Amino acid sequence: MTTVALKPATMAQALTRALRDAMAADPSVHVMGEDVGTLGGVFRVTDGLAKEFGEDRCTDTPLAEAGILGTAVGMAMYGLRPVVEMQFDAFAYPAFEQLVSHVSRMRNRTRGAMPLPITIRIPYGGGIGGVEHHSDSSEAYYMATPGLHVVTPATVADAYGLLRASIASDDPVVFFEPKRLYWSKDSWNPEEPQTVEPIGRAVVRRAGRSATLITYGPSVPVCLEAAEAARAEGWDLEVVDLRSLVPFDDETVTASVRRTGRAVVVHESTGFGGPGGEIAARVTERCFHYLEAPVLRVAGFDIPYPPPMLERHHLPGVDRILDAVGRLQWEAGS
Amino acid sequence: MTVMEQRGAYRPTPPPAWQPRTDPAPLLPDALPYRVLGTEAAAKADPELLRLLHAQLVRGRRYNTQATALTKQGRLAVYPSSTGQEACQVAAALVLEERDWLFPSYRDTLAVVARGVDPVEALTLLRGDWHTGYDPYAHRVAPLSTPLATQLPHAVGLAHAARLKGDDVVALALVGDGGTSEGDFHEAMNFAAVWQAPVVFLVQNNGFAISVPLDKQTAAPSLAHKAVGYGMPGRLVDGNDAAAVHEVLGDAVRHARAGGGPSLIEAVTYRMDAHTNADDATRYRGDAEVEAWRDHDPILLLERELTERGLLDEDGIRAARDDAEAMAADLRARMNQDAPLDPMDLFAHVYAQPTTQLLEQETQVQAELDAEAAGPEGAGR
Repeated sequence: MTTVALKPATMAQALTRALRDAMAADPSVHVMGEDVGTLGGVFRVTDGLAKEFGEDRCTDTPLAEAGILGTAVGMAMYGLRPVVEMQFDAFAYPAFEQLVSHVSRMRNRTRGAMPLPITIRIPYGGGIGGVEHHSDSSEAYYMATPGLHVVTPATVADAYGLLRASIASDDPVVFFEPKRLYWSKDSWNPEEPQTVEPIGRAVVRRAGRSATLITYGPSVPVCLEAAEAARAEGWDLEVVDLRSLVPFDDETVTASVRRTGRAVVVHESTGFGGPGGEIAARVTERCFHYLEAPVLRVAGFDIPYPPPMLERHHLPGVDRILDAVGRLQWEAGS
Repeated sequence: MTVMEQRGAYRPTPPPAWQPRTDPAPLLPDALPYRVLGTEAAAKADPELLRLLHAQLVRGRRYNTQATALTKQGRLAVYPSSTGQEACQVAAALVLEERDWLFPSYRDTLAVVARGVDPVEALTLLRGDWHTGYDPYAHRVAPLSTPLATQLPHAVGLAHAARLKGDDVVALALVGDGGTSEGDFHEAMNFAAVWQAPVVFLVQNNGFAISVPLDKQTAAPSLAHKAVGYGMPGRLVDGNDAAAVHEVLGDAVRHARAGGGPSLIEAVTYRMDAHTNADDATRYRGDAEVEAWRDHDPILLLERELTERGLLDEDGIRAARDDAEAMAADLRARMNQDAPLDPMDLFAHVYAQPTTQLLEQETQVQAELDAEAAGPEGAGR
């Protein structure tokens, strides 16, 4: 039996590989966006694709997000499978009308006759020292739009698997890439056949008995770090990586919280009106009689994303997560 | 060497790498809207085509009056009439080949019907029993777009995709004068020109965006002039002259199909009715203005041309009207039947596979329906 030596790869490399494999496997897959061609994208995720597949398959578009997504709609109508890059979270807003008024509901309004298999890649989140308009966590807007899938990876392997699954999906997928994790490394062999994760399944990243941290994307490594630190306090924390906000995996989340009896939702997006409110409500509705304490949220504050020199005070960190865990009414339960 | 020392030798030059781009002169529209009827160009028009256009205009006008009547009778939730704009509507459908695509806005159901879509299916959106009543692939007609100008980038993307696949398909996109102020109009025009996509934009300038006249919409010399800024030809045409619209649109479609790229056509027309049945046009325009356009009615213009040249007699006119009446009677009869409704349709087709959450909600509605069907005794409350 031979063992394959796993080499460290970055999330950005895994995403590039996913795009390349999807384009090679299916000639209808077209990558388009600002700077995705010659430059290979500002984060280099589309590096080499224009060279390998030609500029008709990996296209530098005019700088206009509504136009990018709007033309992708027409391309999908004609049988192509566009993968659209929005350069940054906050630059995706001009495309919002196309997304909400057409992309999300074309299947529905045509009774299934005209599905739009479009993947919209959006680098999101903070922690990279970006100046204004480069660090938003805008996922709640998209979650609130029926007809879209909202997916976000937290590991190198998931970046590959979930992006392949998103491109293969016959529904539109908003694929949020945690830009803070673009350069995170993991042992991953890009030359081996890769598993393609199904969309809509959460995963338990760390098993534990004391409480569940429910999280996704850039906050997953933070929660894993918090779980390690919590051992010193005598807490054995479970970490659930949602991977997909829509569809939402009630089953995995419910099973975990019923097991542990306590839950904290962690994300960078604002607390008020953010995904955590929906998640906490769902957990409460399904786990009420199992809960030892209210479901708490550790989220970004309800402020416009702060300037880079202040962002560390905004982003959910290990200490803030442990503080929340400490408020889960341990006295009453023990 | 300092700047002062260099001064004697220094010669200002143009900015580096700057070159003149597209010559704007050939892209400019004519000063006046292009006309055929009542001009020398009419003699060259194919009499068969003119008779076909006439029959279609009469049919189209009857469709508009019938749909408006159905709205007053409560059979349609709303109807944005294209009365007065039939020449644009009909010509848009006639210039396309079967493999081409039409991208209509909400005021363009007549063009959709003229393209071959069943009138009841075309009116489904406005009746309110579903959003798009027809399969877009059956006649290659995109769903009627309510958000203004958002359908234009779709037309560009589809035309671009067709060209990438090697198909000689043309997309014709319809928009109104108000829609030209939207950002999506600009982005679609720009993408189309950069990609040289085989797409034709037809702006039906009917004078008003609900109540707002064109003067408050744009300061451009004409809407057709907007084409020049994108590097595509702009044409200005009399939108009530069916022969002229057909000719100009046909030229643009052939130009696009031959690989010549996109065009923008402004058809100058007039919305004879209010914006919809829910609008009161007397609040923003006077009778004299409307009356002036009655003398420039598309059916009147064409009928006058055809009868004066002996190409159409009373029998021909009567035949066209009888055909239109038969269409209207059929539409009336079918629209007077209640639309079949199934609340379970609410959850079908949101996703390829329903999520567990949607399945739960579907079960809830089914239980409500079962309780309703069982009546007060059966509900057990």
